[in-house]
Amino acid sequence: MKNQEVKAIVIGVSAGGLKALKEIFCGLPAKFSTPIIVTQHLYPHDVSNMSNLLNETSLVKVIEAEDKMPIKENHIYLAPPNYHLLIERDYSFSLSTDEKVSFSRPSIDVMFESAAYVYKDSLVAVILTGANGDGAKGIKTIKKLGGYCIAQNPKTAAYPTMPQFSIDTGDIDKILTLKEIASFLFFKK
Amino acid sequence: MNISDIENIEMNLLVDAIYHRYGYDFRNYARASVERRAKQFAEKLGFEYISEMIPKLINDDKFFQKLVREFSITVTEHFRDPTFYKSLVEKVFPILKTYPFIKIWHAGCATGEEVYSLAILLKENGLYNKSTIFATDFNDEALEDAKQGIYAIEKIKQSTANYQKAGGKKSFSNYYHAQYESILMDKSLKENITFANHNLATDGVFGEMHLILCRNVMIYFDKVLQNKVINNFTDSLVKSGVLCVGLHESLLFVDAEKKYVPLAEKQRIYKKKFSSEIFQKFFKK
Repeated sequence: MKNQEVKAIVIGVSAGGLKALKEIFCGLPAKFSTPIIVTQHLYPHDVSNMSNLLNETSLVKVIEAEDKMPIKENHIYLAPPNYHLLIERDYSFSLSTDEKVSFSRPSIDVMFESAAYVYKDSLVAVILTGANGDGAKGIKTIKKLGGYCIAQNPKTAAYPTMPQFSIDTGDIDKILTLKEIASFLFFKK
Repeated sequence: MNISDIENIEMNLLVDAIYHRYGYDFRNYARASVERRAKQFAEKLGFEYISEMIPKLINDDKFFQKLVREFSITVTEHFRDPTFYKSLVEKVFPILKTYPFIKIWHAGCATGEEVYSLAILLKENGLYNKSTIFATDFNDEALEDAKQGIYAIEKIKQSTANYQKAGGKKSFSNYYHAQYESILMDKSLKENITFANHNLATDGVFGEMHLILCRNVMIYFDKVLQNKVINNFTDSLVKSGVLCVGLHESLLFVDAEKKYVPLAEKQRIYKKKFSSEIFQKFFKK
């Protein structure tokens, strides 16, 4: 990867997400500075417990993003259930209750596209296990604006459809297993 | 200059054009959402660039009306976030009970489901007769829908589940009549509700209120506009009046935070401090 400072990492994940995210976050040191923003497909009326579950094993603090919350270093942010998560040019979050995209709200495409416009070539995107095609359009936009795109290896993904859709766009830079993704991010600081 | 910067310029020009031509102020709306909706609208109509819509909207007001509709779609449902409504009854209704009459402002009511939800809970808790509810929105079409109180029959299952989770004492079906593919909210719910057009971005303060609900509306405003709106709410509220915002909205990131004390932080229910409390805070070194 080019010697470009990475200002943010965005991760899109669906079915099989908890396990996949745990494995990646386990590999990150407590002082990992680059903010990580995660959009995971969840049932809309779930009480959001994801951050508690992830905090059990992650050394970096995991919190749910709130409207107008500034994006800070050394944090992992989760999209709240039933809202689209967007990023403003002043590096803060904003939420939307617009219609579902690819049957999902939060939608990975929406978050990825928004992140692309703000972080441009200092963005790393990761697309993980999932059962639908959400995220592929977002990957294309991220690439268009100079970002770097990683897909989880479909052969090792619990649900290969989502990473495969992204790979099929031709805009994925690297296909990695979860362990390899964790190392890759670790070295990005 | 990259596409992101170019699009930013186009969006600035677009919202300026709208403001100067029609007086609708989207300049302080949260940009990411407006940009996304503008892009989708442009794409849907076959425009290559967002800025191509500018000459059309300036000269064709029907086109502009369509665009405004795109910018003001809000999604809502009966007893949305049922745990919020439960807290409302548990924490706020006891306060409302102490007033001889109650004035409530539901700001940004969209198609009205939440207003009817509030009306139902007020009725079940013996507060409806002394309440006046002002339900406002800047979208006339949504207001008209709210006034009619007709909703798709597919929504019943979710609405009923929400009603139960919110602590509804009877049955949701007590409050509507089914007709063909829709449900019609009971007339008695509408008696004390006034629906009116009001634009939070441009209009001022709206009466002396005991309770203001503005949920999942300010997510579409930027920090500047949100501050302005909350300050307006603060001015609208009586002493110890209550303000309710959406579940993932927070007063934490707004200046007006100091003027409120949380009644139920998780449900985003806040009580306006007495001015003496605010006064004291400044003098506590």
